[in-house]
Amino acid sequence: MNTVPVDYYILLSAVLFTIGAMGVLIRRNPLIIFMSIELMLNAANLVFVAYASVFKSFSGQIFVFFVIAVAAAEVAVGLALIVQIFKSRKNINIDELNSLKG
Amino acid sequence: MNSDLIVFLVLSIVSIATALGMVFSRNAVYSALFLVLNFVTVAVFYLLLGAPFIAMSQVTVYAGAIMVLFLFVIMLLGAESITSTSDLPWQKPLAFTLALVLVVESIYLIVSRAQMDRVISAPDASINNVENLRNMALALYSQYLLPFEITSILLLVAMVGAIVLTKQEKAG
Repeated sequence: MNTVPVDYYILLSAVLFTIGAMGVLIRRNPLIIFMSIELMLNAANLVFVAYASVFKSFSGQIFVFFVIAVAAAEVAVGLALIVQIFKSRKNINIDELNSLKG
Repeated sequence: MNSDLIVFLVLSIVSIATALGMVFSRNAVYSALFLVLNFVTVAVFYLLLGAPFIAMSQVTVYAGAIMVLFLFVIMLLGAESITSTSDLPWQKPLAFTLALVLVVESIYLIVSRAQMDRVISAPDASINNVENLRNMALALYSQYLLPFEITSILLLVAMVGAIVLTKQEKAG
C-alpha cells in the first residue's frame, strides 16, 4: 500500500508556515517579507489539498485555486506599492519607512 | 517503507531546506530562486495528493508568473542586498525564540491529536488526470460560479491598481 499519513503533511505545513512567519519577523527587505508571506500561503494551500485528498472532495482544491488567484492580485499591487515607495524615497528598508507613525 | 512515503520524506527535506535558504540568503535574487524551488516541490506534493490541475497552476502561476514578477522588481530596484542597520537589537533573537515556540507547540498539538488512520493513498488509477480536470471544472462553474466571477473582478481591480500606482505623473 502506497500511503502517507495526513498528519505528515500537516506537520510539514506547520514547519513551512513557521519559517515564513520567522522570515517576516527577521528580515528588513520588504521583497523578502513578501516572499515569506507567499510561503505561508503555500503552507496553508498544502493543508487544503491534503484534506481534500483525504475526504475525496474537490472543495479544498477549488479553495486553493482561489487562494492562488488572490495571491497573484496581492503580489501585483504590493510590488507596485514597493516600486512607488522606492521611487519617492530611494530606500525600502522597512525600519526607515515610518512616516505614517503618529 | 513504501515509495510514496520515501518521495514525501525526500521532498519535505528539500522544501524545508529551500524555505530556510529563502529566509537566510543575503542576496534577494538567491531568495527568489530558493522560493521557486520550494514552489516546485510543493507542486510535486500536489501531484502526490492527486491534484494535477492545482500542481500545474502552482507551477505556472506561482513559480512562473509571480516569481518572475519578483525577480523583475528585485533587479529593477537593485534591492539585492539591503544593509541592515537595525535599531532593535533584541528583535532577531526574540523572533527566533517565538518561531521556535510556535513550531514546538504546533508539532505538539498535531502529534497529540494524530489521526494515523487517516492516510492518503496513491491516486486511484481509474481517476485519471482528465477526470480530475473535468470534476474541478464542473464544481468551479456550478457550485462555485459566483466566487469564480468575483475572482475575475478582483484580478481586474488588481491590474488597474498596479497600473495606476506605477503610472508616471505627467509634468504640469
